[in-house]
Amino acid sequence: MIQIFGIDALSVLIFGPALAAFVVAAMAPLGPSKSVGRWTALIFSLLFAILSIAVFLDYQAAAPAIGDDQYIVAQDAEWFSALGARWTLGIDGISVIMILLTGILTPLAILASWNIEDRSNMHMALLLFFETGSMGVFAAMDLMVFFLFYELTLVPMYFLINQWGSLPKAGIKYSGRFYASTKFMIYSFGGTLGMLLATQLIGWSAGTYNMAELVETWPLFRQGEALLGIDVSTVKALAFAGFFVAFSIKVPIWPFHTWLPDAHGEAPTAGSMLLAGIMLKLGAYGFIRLVIPLFPGVWLTEVVLIGVNVATLFAILSVVGIVLGAFAAFGQNDIKRLVAYSSVNHMGFVGIGIAVMAQTYAQIWTGAQPGADVQTAILATNGTVLQMFNHGLSSAGMFLLAGALYHKTHTRDLGDYGGLWVKAPVMGAILIFTSLASLGLPGLNGFVSEFLIVRGSWPVFTGLTAIAMIGLLFTGGYILKGIRAVLHGPFNLRWRDYDLELTPAELLGMIPLMFLMLLTGVYPNWILPTINATVTTLFAGITG
Amino acid sequence: MDFLNDANLTPWLIPAGPLLAFLIITLLTNRSKLVAATDQHEYGGHHPDYDGMRVPVVNRYSRVISVAVGMAGVIFALLISWRVLADASQLHHIGEEVLASSIAWMDTGETSFFMGVLVDPATVIMLVMVPIAVLMIFIYSIGYMAHDPRQARFFALISLFAGAMLTLVVADNVLLLFVGWEIMGVCSYLLIGFWFEKESAYKAAIKAFTTTRIADVVMLLGIAYLYSVTGTLSFRDIMYSPETLDLLATTTPIILGGWTVSAASIIGIFLIIGTVGKSAQFPLHVWLPDAMEGPTPVSAMIHAAAMVSAGIFSLIRLYPLFAAGGDPHHGILTEPLAFMAVVGAFTALLAATMAVAQSDVKAVLAYSTISQLGFMMAALGIGAYVAAAFHLITHAFFKALLFMAAGSVIHGMEHGEHHAHEHGEHDHDDHGHDHHFDPQDMFNMGGLRKTMPVTFWTFLIGGLSLSGLPIITAGFWSKDEILADAWLVLEQYGSGAHALVFVLLAAAAFMTAFYTMRQISLTFGGEARSEAAKHASLGQGIVSFTMTLPLLILAVFAVAAGFVGVPSDFPVLGPIFSPKYNAFHHLIIEALPLPEATAAYASLPDYHPHAPPFNIVPVATSFLVALLGLWFGWRMYWRNPLKAGQQDPMESVLGTMYPILKNRYYLDDLYEKAFVKPSQWFGVQVIAFLDKGIIDSFLHVIGRIFTWLGDLVKVLNLWLIDGVGDGIPIAIFNFGGWLRRMQTGRVQQYMLLVLVAAVLIGIVLVLSSGAVELQ
Repeated sequence: MIQIFGIDALSVLIFGPALAAFVVAAMAPLGPSKSVGRWTALIFSLLFAILSIAVFLDYQAAAPAIGDDQYIVAQDAEWFSALGARWTLGIDGISVIMILLTGILTPLAILASWNIEDRSNMHMALLLFFETGSMGVFAAMDLMVFFLFYELTLVPMYFLINQWGSLPKAGIKYSGRFYASTKFMIYSFGGTLGMLLATQLIGWSAGTYNMAELVETWPLFRQGEALLGIDVSTVKALAFAGFFVAFSIKVPIWPFHTWLPDAHGEAPTAGSMLLAGIMLKLGAYGFIRLVIPLFPGVWLTEVVLIGVNVATLFAILSVVGIVLGAFAAFGQNDIKRLVAYSSVNHMGFVGIGIAVMAQTYAQIWTGAQPGADVQTAILATNGTVLQMFNHGLSSAGMFLLAGALYHKTHTRDLGDYGGLWVKAPVMGAILIFTSLASLGLPGLNGFVSEFLIVRGSWPVFTGLTAIAMIGLLFTGGYILKGIRAVLHGPFNLRWRDYDLELTPAELLGMIPLMFLMLLTGVYPNWILPTINATVTTLFAGITG
Repeated sequence: MDFLNDANLTPWLIPAGPLLAFLIITLLTNRSKLVAATDQHEYGGHHPDYDGMRVPVVNRYSRVISVAVGMAGVIFALLISWRVLADASQLHHIGEEVLASSIAWMDTGETSFFMGVLVDPATVIMLVMVPIAVLMIFIYSIGYMAHDPRQARFFALISLFAGAMLTLVVADNVLLLFVGWEIMGVCSYLLIGFWFEKESAYKAAIKAFTTTRIADVVMLLGIAYLYSVTGTLSFRDIMYSPETLDLLATTTPIILGGWTVSAASIIGIFLIIGTVGKSAQFPLHVWLPDAMEGPTPVSAMIHAAAMVSAGIFSLIRLYPLFAAGGDPHHGILTEPLAFMAVVGAFTALLAATMAVAQSDVKAVLAYSTISQLGFMMAALGIGAYVAAAFHLITHAFFKALLFMAAGSVIHGMEHGEHHAHEHGEHDHDDHGHDHHFDPQDMFNMGGLRKTMPVTFWTFLIGGLSLSGLPIITAGFWSKDEILADAWLVLEQYGSGAHALVFVLLAAAAFMTAFYTMRQISLTFGGEARSEAAKHASLGQGIVSFTMTLPLLILAVFAVAAGFVGVPSDFPVLGPIFSPKYNAFHHLIIEALPLPEATAAYASLPDYHPHAPPFNIVPVATSFLVALLGLWFGWRMYWRNPLKAGQQDPMESVLGTMYPILKNRYYLDDLYEKAFVKPSQWFGVQVIAFLDKGIIDSFLHVIGRIFTWLGDLVKVLNLWLIDGVGDGIPIAIFNFGGWLRRMQTGRVQQYMLLVLVAAVLIGIVLVLSSGAVELQ
């Protein structure tokens, strides 16, 4: 692992942004102009971006030598000995992708909020602080540390939405941002209560919070016996439910998604970018990292009244999210909400990929179906992780563009635009490019992951995959609707004297995203082997 | 990696030129200046005026350089294609041997997915057709788009279009084919909607994309399914491998397993649905006629050289899969084959009937495209693999020709209209075009043979080729071969599907000849029916030259392309053109698995049947329908040319059917009412009813309950806890208030207090220090 001044890179990636946030925030009362704060934030975040790329490349180089161990552990120190929680940081091929994504998106979010005048130092500081939280989640190998950072991400995001969110609409006293931020906070916080209990329960009974160890021991823990006077499988099911609800809210899995259009819609541009680009991934990451390996038995449990197992139920909810998310986006007239619902739609594919992984993993682990098709599950899981990365790129890009439009026109109503391509050719071209990436156009990033997920889920959830195609069709519907409303038609002369073209900062923010979208679509193997190796090891671990 | 000298690597370069041209134009050479949006010379045509606004218009150098870059890209593609064709001709036995190379593109567990290029006989025929047709379209676009303010963007997009088509052609696996397929879909979306300010244009663009996407998502399932059964998507590993084909044909499918169909059938039908969308077959044909909203070179690109051909080409590629498990040459059709035969034949006839009642010069061609694609689809359905491929090639040439000639006509009409205005022969307003005048309406034309002779003669050649005028046109040879194949199996095995295809296609061919003659007569025959038609011309200079040259070159192909596939036993001509064997048949059939290899598998047919022997019935049918159709058309429209304002004689012939045909059987309206509107309604309801109404209401109820509980607790706090909690501070406060009264401001009192305090403290100190023992 790379060291910076003797400190491992992961710790730097976690504490560095917090430190930078402190510096930037402290500058405000000291007096230097706003642009100094902006530049400081940008330079720091770029350094962390470079470091995260270095960590990724370093991992990629080191990965072949890892062998059967899934993780590269960077740090393992005494931390909260009363609980037994340790400060353990480490990465595998899945988390390193997410660290890369976080590292790349943060400076772009800072660029996107370059024009913010209102308490800009604090705004930048919160963005950096958010980076600390998400880096911590992805690097944590200790369940307690994981939980800590998982909750920590809520704080900056709450303030970003609450303080820098949308302006009040004419005639309405309070802006929707207060409702949205409160809903977001309560929803997320309420959701994690069960997770906190479950974390405590697992750590207390297994005697460790180390994830790698728990994956080995917890599923087997006192099988057939009683825990706390209750049958252990019931205890595990309850713990599962705690995690399940918390992560489902975050992904979001239908019907836990209604916080999302509000939060995304009302958040400032950078907030939406990080929310969609990174925060949603925390939930999906939690499923892959924790819920699947810790509770293989529970996934195969039949759900009362419905008559299918939990994995299938999860797939059903995901497909409902895909289809209804697409329809809801199609029915939207608010550009940011349209993009927000597109996240429900796209993350539904992540959901169905997780369901395939969960079902196959559980079938093999429990021996219910030892001959389950591992190849299919590997493809689905690869697709899921790649889709997380891809959605991070395209949703961040879409929100940047929607935010840029909102910032210039102060309206999010699609009906207010029209024909803007005439005056803003570069913005138009970039909007089309990004929309098409979001649509899953072959040759761009989204297609590769969606194809892998469809391929993986077809043999496992055949009918559901077919239904998901309706969602994919209407993905086209809402994307074209968005392009049509913004760019096509005669130019709306209301904007005759406005400069609608992207600002240099916005353009600079889009270029890396577009480059990565194209690169991933044309040659996915720049990133996929990293994911694939870990996923293959993960499955080899339970079959071999 | 030596791309130029290693024959296996060279095919990678074929799409590279246009793709690179797209990038260069988009990123570098597309530069514009701001021009007032009412300047007619630089900004106008299909773009609305905006008073007091300046809009970007491509500047002159950028225009020239962008066009040059675009041309360079496509010329590079053409030269490399020839190079590859030369390399391919060096192979001893093309088919068994191919030019191919691939790279690991995507890791999949212990294995990798490989992307690569493949040059086999199917690629070869496309490499002969596509680059030439595309080059002609590019040359034509120089003139056609010469006055468009966004010509650089146009060349970028059309380069991407060409690059995507060439990618599809050289793809060695279904996934890469799908990549090219979808990028073309996007290009057609962007180009149909190129004049994006026009409502009809962007609506047509959205319609095209959405309609084809319906098919594409099904096709995606087919690809995913194929991949999960075989573990590969490579054409060679599936379509040329008898083991894989046999596996597919004998596997019970994951869905509909009880219907005694094979996995191959389900996959096949999914993949064919993709083509039904892309090649505009019923019921997904509705987008193609609207696609004329794009600039005419785009129509030629979509209708001839690229997009719709790609659909049929993919069927040709996948044909071994469709036929696996059946034997079309012995009258046994698999489900996919039967599906293609029925859909294709039905579409061929349906579209031909609609073409009869159209008045727009491009609309007639659009329906004829749908119809001709139906011919190819039906041909594949009955196993006429060679005939379908042949018709694909000949059709591409003559349809590209027809579209561009029609574009010349429209351009000429616009020119004529402009001319008429300038000379004050109309008394309309002076703002460019009269909006009531439709330069595409054939009933405004007439007599153009005199003013636009080159266009007339080339259009005539293309039209006759489309009609299948016997012997001398390419269209005859390819259509005849389809009928010959159908007749052969019909005669030998009494196959119902073959009979259906034969009858419907013969009827469609008759109507094709008729409506083509109608179109030629209305456009070029008789006397001018409007001022515009009287003055129609392409003018002089670069515009005229670049728009005429491609017509002349394509006219040669529209005739000559047929002679590569003359049956060797055709009387008189066979020995001349095909002395040893039918060259086209001989080449293309090698794309299919060899009979020696498939013989071991009972599920697989013989993919190499002999060419149908000469039979007078289909040939006579071809002669009859073509000549009869042309004769009817000539009689009704050429001999008695229409006068201005005169009614279409078809109206009285068809009676109540005329409006039905003209309105496309009202299918578009039906789709609008049955699918589009309900989807929009449902989308709004998902938010209003489901998300806001049910889910959020539920959350708000919970929120209320907790708020209420909170209030309850608050009240309790006030009574109970605050009663105690607040009581203490209040008591202290009151005590303080009481204590304050001691602060009177009198020094004597203070001194007294100090004294008392000092005495008290002194006593305490003395006592605590133990100086005085208290007993």
